[in-house]
Amino acid sequence: MKNTLAISSLHASTTGGKEILHGISLTVKKGEIHAIMGPNGAGKSTLAQTLMGHPGFKITQGKIIINGVDISHLPPDQRAKNGLFLGFQYPIEVPGVNFDNFLRMAINENQKKGVKKISPLAFRQQLTDQAKRLAFSKNIIGMALNEDFSGGEKKKAEILQFALIKPEFAILDEPDSGLDVDALKYIAKTILSLDYPFGLILITHYQRILHYIKPDFVHIMINGKLVKSGDSSLAKEIEKKGYEGYLNNVSLREAPR
Amino acid sequence: MGRRPKAEPACLTGEDDEAISFNNGIAALLSVARNDNNLMKTHPLIKNAYNLGFHKPESSVFRTPKGLNREIVESISRFKQEPAWMLDFRLQALKIFEQKKMPSWGVDLSEIKFNDLYYYISPAKKKFRRWKDVPKDIKDTYEKIGIPQAERKFLAGVGSQYDSEVIYHNLKKKWEEQGVIFTDTDTALQKYPDIIKQHFGTIIPPNDNKFSALNSAVWSGGSFIYIPKGVHVEIPLQAYFRINAANMGQFERTLIIADEGSYLHYIEGCSAPIYTTNLLHCGVVEIIIKKDARVRYTTIQNWSNNVYNLVTKRMLIEEKGFGEWIDGNLGSKKTMKYPSLILKGKGAHGEILSLSFAGKGQHQDTGGKAIHLAPHTTSTITSKSVSINGGRASYRGLVKINKGADNSKSFIRCDALLLDEISRSDTYPVNIVNEQNAALGHEASVSKINEQQLFYLRSRGINETQATSLIVNGFIEPIVKELPLEYAVELNRLINLSMEGAVG
Repeated sequence: MKNTLAISSLHASTTGGKEILHGISLTVKKGEIHAIMGPNGAGKSTLAQTLMGHPGFKITQGKIIINGVDISHLPPDQRAKNGLFLGFQYPIEVPGVNFDNFLRMAINENQKKGVKKISPLAFRQQLTDQAKRLAFSKNIIGMALNEDFSGGEKKKAEILQFALIKPEFAILDEPDSGLDVDALKYIAKTILSLDYPFGLILITHYQRILHYIKPDFVHIMINGKLVKSGDSSLAKEIEKKGYEGYLNNVSLREAPR
Repeated sequence: MGRRPKAEPACLTGEDDEAISFNNGIAALLSVARNDNNLMKTHPLIKNAYNLGFHKPESSVFRTPKGLNREIVESISRFKQEPAWMLDFRLQALKIFEQKKMPSWGVDLSEIKFNDLYYYISPAKKKFRRWKDVPKDIKDTYEKIGIPQAERKFLAGVGSQYDSEVIYHNLKKKWEEQGVIFTDTDTALQKYPDIIKQHFGTIIPPNDNKFSALNSAVWSGGSFIYIPKGVHVEIPLQAYFRINAANMGQFERTLIIADEGSYLHYIEGCSAPIYTTNLLHCGVVEIIIKKDARVRYTTIQNWSNNVYNLVTKRMLIEEKGFGEWIDGNLGSKKTMKYPSLILKGKGAHGEILSLSFAGKGQHQDTGGKAIHLAPHTTSTITSKSVSINGGRASYRGLVKINKGADNSKSFIRCDALLLDEISRSDTYPVNIVNEQNAALGHEASVSKINEQQLFYLRSRGINETQATSLIVNGFIEPIVKELPLEYAVELNRLINLSMEGAVG
């Protein structure tokens, strides 16, 4: 299926054998924004990392298919090349690695075959333009990857990478956590300004970011399962009532493993 | 009595054999610092025992027979028409070499057969090997890291000289106008005997260690540099410009004197692999930094993987002087090299940046020494090592703050990165502080390639090999950023190359 990220009854365990995802199914088409909400420990980040191929999680059942290609057992870099991107909740510091060199390398690695590599000058222009849009206070050229960034800048830098790599499907894992209101606006503005078709999975705790980026679908995740799906009104309901109602329902249904 | 509780590591209590032998150097260092170099005193001054106008006949072939003895040392000195004091110096050194035991610490040197080596071949007749005799992996590496054709032949010992004479001559003219002397040490001995005699072997006497004794007995080539008072040499002096195969030789001897308030950056070696069939490289580098002067000495060593690289390097830094060693060791089979700082004058400052890369079959035993003899002296030692494919990298360091060196400070940081399960890293630090009013800090870390970092980079479409290269290059970046650009670029490519075979 073209222009689709299809996750079907995905089960995943830690390398220690503990199952964390108990059958997740979700289809994201290009142009759609899906929000996944849930309480702490529901498995939201695990889902994001499993989709990207984190070596700490093993897919035991189910599939991840991008544009008809089964990527369930590909290494992370191959998943990226097939169009997937993960914006990390806690971006990893890589000391001594230059941010702009790294990002240019990533862009070139994700180019489709036959597409010319981005010229250093064109890249620099795009980088500084996007950095400006995200209101980076310092000159980003020559900074060490995440090491030289403050907490807020790290989160902005994830969005910056998203904007320049232009993946077909992006998962953003709590892009809003730890950000002040202004920074939140900047990242939302940047995402909304992207002028190409992509599908987005937005993982969040709070409804806050959804004021700026309006989701087409909202899914509630509890204990490794998507327990309810709906439109953006579902997020509003959560804001009022919290997850408690869902927690009770699920815990009854969840058999010990 | 029960068993002694496990307290400090042996190397700190001084009970470890390795620590003790390594410490033997201190006595020599101190004697140097006190200027009571007995060896020099015992030699009568003999002047004008050489012929200034001498030129080696271009056609003569001179090579000493295999092995090392008094006759061989005498014939080297005779061939070079050296002053008698130098011959005495060599013979004295030979005795010391014969008496000294092989170090019981560091790398395994048991395979070196001293009587199976040639100790001198006259540069004029040095035979160049044919390009087709250069091993394929060396040729491939030149290709992959983009070394120009002319340089490849030179590095592989096929051509005699890298063709940069024009550039070199223009620079040379400028230096000479400033009174700078930059020549090979053999020429310097003929042309500037008094300066050489006054300083030669004063910082590293032959009895410092077995290999400084060997070098003193059979030395040839190396650089001699004198920078007059107040002169700043803005462009780094590079041995690269003028070296020929001889100067890259086995037993080079370098002496640098930076007079008061002068500045020099000297670059030696080469990040591209240098192919040689000489199995032993045993150099000595002595540097004297006078009041307010500053010298930075950068070495990148990448001998082919059959070479034992055993080098003694030391700086004497006088009042408010500033000395820096930047020392990168990529090649060779086994390396023992601990660039040293003797902080002799008040307020002297020294820095050592050491980088080692140990691959398959390699053991890099490197580090640094700092001896604080005067108040308000400061030193920093930064060591980074990478081990891969079963390579072994050891950090061996000595910092000594003497009584009376009050308000002195030293900071040591050594980080090791292990890329697989079969590689190894060790740390042997010795820190001795005999002055209450002084500070010494030591931080060390050993890490493996971080899975989270790898996942993060790979999530951006960067494959495992590339991602590992990025992490390794990032790890050594604090040292690489101090290197001249072309060296940094080559180093980067070399590391990427060695990852290709190692990962995935």
